[in-house]
Amino acid sequence: MGDGMSVLLRTIKAISLMFVSTELFAAAQMDLTPGVTAISQEVYELHTLILWICVIIGAGVFGVIFISIFKHRKSKGAVAANFHDNMTVEVLWTVIPFLILIGMAIPAAKTLIKMESPADDAEVTIKITGYQWKWNYDYMHEGFNYFSNLAQSSKDAVNSDNPKDREGINYLLDVDNRMVIPANKKVRFLMTSNDVIHSWWVPDFAVKKDAIPGYINEAWTIVPKEGVYRGQCAELCGKDHGFMPIVVEVKSEADYAAWVAEKKGVAAAAAAGDSKTWTMDELMAKGKDIYNASCAACHMAEGQGIPAAGFPALKASAIATGPVAAHLDIVINGSKVNPAMAAYGAQMSDADLAAVITYERNAWGNNTGDAVQPADVKAARK
Amino acid sequence: MSDDHHDHKPTGLGRWLFSTNHKDIGTMYLWFSFIMLFIGGGMAMIIRAELYQPGMQLVDPDFFNQMTTLHGLIMVFGVIMPAFVGFANWLVPMMIGAPDMALPRMNNMSFWILPFAFGTLLSTLFMEGSAPNFGWTFYAPLSTTYGPASTDYFIFGVHLMGISSIMGSINVIVTILNMRAPGMTLMKMPIFVWTWLITAFLLIAVMPVLAGVVTMMLTDRNFGTSFFEAAGGGDPVMFQHVFWFFGHPEVYIMILPSFGIISQIIPTFARKKLFGYSSMVYATASIAILSFIVWAHHMYTVGMPLAGELFFMLATMLIAVPTGVKVFNWTATMWKGSLTFETPMLFSVAFIILFTIGGFSGLMMSITPVDFQYHDTYFIVAHFHYVLVTGALFAIFAGAYYWLPKWTGNMYDETLGKVHFWISLVSVNVLFFPMHFLGLAGMPRRIPDYALQFTDFNQMASIGAFVFGGIQLLFLYIVIKCIRGGEKATDQVWEGAEGLEFEQLPSPAPFHSFTQAPEVK
Repeated sequence: MGDGMSVLLRTIKAISLMFVSTELFAAAQMDLTPGVTAISQEVYELHTLILWICVIIGAGVFGVIFISIFKHRKSKGAVAANFHDNMTVEVLWTVIPFLILIGMAIPAAKTLIKMESPADDAEVTIKITGYQWKWNYDYMHEGFNYFSNLAQSSKDAVNSDNPKDREGINYLLDVDNRMVIPANKKVRFLMTSNDVIHSWWVPDFAVKKDAIPGYINEAWTIVPKEGVYRGQCAELCGKDHGFMPIVVEVKSEADYAAWVAEKKGVAAAAAAGDSKTWTMDELMAKGKDIYNASCAACHMAEGQGIPAAGFPALKASAIATGPVAAHLDIVINGSKVNPAMAAYGAQMSDADLAAVITYERNAWGNNTGDAVQPADVKAARK
Repeated sequence: MSDDHHDHKPTGLGRWLFSTNHKDIGTMYLWFSFIMLFIGGGMAMIIRAELYQPGMQLVDPDFFNQMTTLHGLIMVFGVIMPAFVGFANWLVPMMIGAPDMALPRMNNMSFWILPFAFGTLLSTLFMEGSAPNFGWTFYAPLSTTYGPASTDYFIFGVHLMGISSIMGSINVIVTILNMRAPGMTLMKMPIFVWTWLITAFLLIAVMPVLAGVVTMMLTDRNFGTSFFEAAGGGDPVMFQHVFWFFGHPEVYIMILPSFGIISQIIPTFARKKLFGYSSMVYATASIAILSFIVWAHHMYTVGMPLAGELFFMLATMLIAVPTGVKVFNWTATMWKGSLTFETPMLFSVAFIILFTIGGFSGLMMSITPVDFQYHDTYFIVAHFHYVLVTGALFAIFAGAYYWLPKWTGNMYDETLGKVHFWISLVSVNVLFFPMHFLGLAGMPRRIPDYALQFTDFNQMASIGAFVFGGIQLLFLYIVIKCIRGGEKATDQVWEGAEGLEFEQLPSPAPFHSFTQAPEVK
């Protein structure tokens, strides 16, 4: 955008701030975020430009209506005029708005073309997979992936009667594992989904793209500023649509490299975990964490489920207290009759599955005494 | 009128069950819509009560989703559309000088399907498992593979609604094209009749598309097809294309008759002819035609190619032109008139201003790169409530006040009408205006709980909602009071009223409108 336009925009912004910032809602954000990327700032300028075009046209039209309301009242002795047709004005108020629209469309198209430019030159590629109700971030060239769930602090606070429990924890906007990307590098996001349609949105990057099963969508960003940026799933995806936030941490190049190395180590340790034999206590402790992160949304923390909504209880259930083979089958391969029960075989390691199944078979009074080992899971995967 | 002695009505329940009379059927449509307004509105109250503060207090997230889904479906298919069909039934024969609708038995059937359609839909609330919980847009695969068992009842209900709408629109088209009084050429028809003629064509064009998409859902769910199932070679995005090919014209189906109502009312209270009659007709037709080539602006984020995004952006922006023409024409109609502000006029002026605000936010969202930020946030919620509540619903209120005296023979209570207007006007803006801010600040739509920074505006919106919802009970009281008595209305009702229903029919209008064709100059 040219110099003239940015001067105009700055003036407009200054005027608008006078109205907005003094009021009652000084604390609450009322306008779109300018964001932190070049693209998001361009989007913000477009938004501001079009908003003010609308405000000016609105002020004109509403002004005429209000003048009419006050001046042309019967009670003030106004007598109705006779005109009811005028070709010239009809043509004028068709053509002028059309020209204004062209004026809007040109900068809009320019920005859009930039946003949709291919990201083949990206230095980092992350495949984002939406799940009910969490995100998986797969660093394709680094060889590791992990899930990002709503933080436990928020989960604990959702049903709390004490509003203080929701303060100071970035309520509903915090996760257990953040996405981490390097600053000043082009990062490509590839979005897809494992179940229903989700939408990955970080307002500060002006990136919102649907994650659709069977599709791979692409978006990209270059974030110049280190920091933590938050967003949410933007497409209704079922019960916990409101509870799958997105947190992206932008690190310096060196910190990012260190983080990648650490993550690779964790992945290697997880692989080692698949080949060892675990004690019951280890399985139960690990299983509880995994259960709370991945299963409790439907089956609930105490295994009671929400039978009315079609989410069965695990406590004293036929599967969790019956033969181990059937239990392994439904967790690894999903339910044949209820699609809400996903196939977790693809989402979790052998050790994770062993731990969570052990937990389900022994928690809440299920007490089967079965300790399922990673080797059992491996055998059952066939 | 000399034919008053023919005015014998059937009595008892049979009068309503077997009615073939356009006025009785119109009345039933309007009462049906009114009842649905309170059911759908009650759901909105549950939604706003849960959103009054952060944390889950009253309902669980799944029930919240059921409420947003049913609220949307009921308001669109059960309130706005039936209300306009009610207006069409009452007014089209009176306005074109016909005795009744052209196809009276089909008229009866198209109404009586509706209680069954909505009975089916609402029965899902009492079923085991969940009621439909995937939003009124029921995107696949959330509604197909992952939909609750009750989804099949929802599909059946939508089929019934579609059948009803198609029959209703066939009736309107046949009536308008065949039963106009001699001399009533197309370009002499009242604008309300024009807008309904165009709306009826839109309905016939897109209701089968809706029927198609729910049928594909039905076979995906029950008969092993994979239209929308990626794992079977299907395409979930195709669902959205088909749905919005219905859905966008549907938006205009809900607003064009409001344009018609407003275009009848403004000239009456300005005591001045409608400015630019023919450009109003052409603008309405242009909006209708454009509505078929803009559907994908609802789906900018699905990952369309750049060319598609550009095309749909430009086509959508174009709609601002004929819509602007309408607003300018109404303004010019008021200009240098001799204005009075009875309740219908108050609602109509509010309509022009608030609908235009909804139009502005619509224009903002047509801009693809910026819509990536607005999409699926409270900004869109604010937008479509401005066009549907302060747009369509306000037009329905305006029309009800405007024609009630003609329908009942009694004036409504003007003071109460004005109370209803002013409280509605203030509360509806307290309700919906802050939603713009919520959306811009980043609050997604359809979430049962939110981060703390959204609390202030949500509380404001909820308070507005409770007042706006509550004050509609006053409207119910005003309508009942008017039906039961009140100051007698003159035949012309309003000083500046024109048109056959005011100039050639007494108040209340006789049971059969025109048994002899009136003369149209």
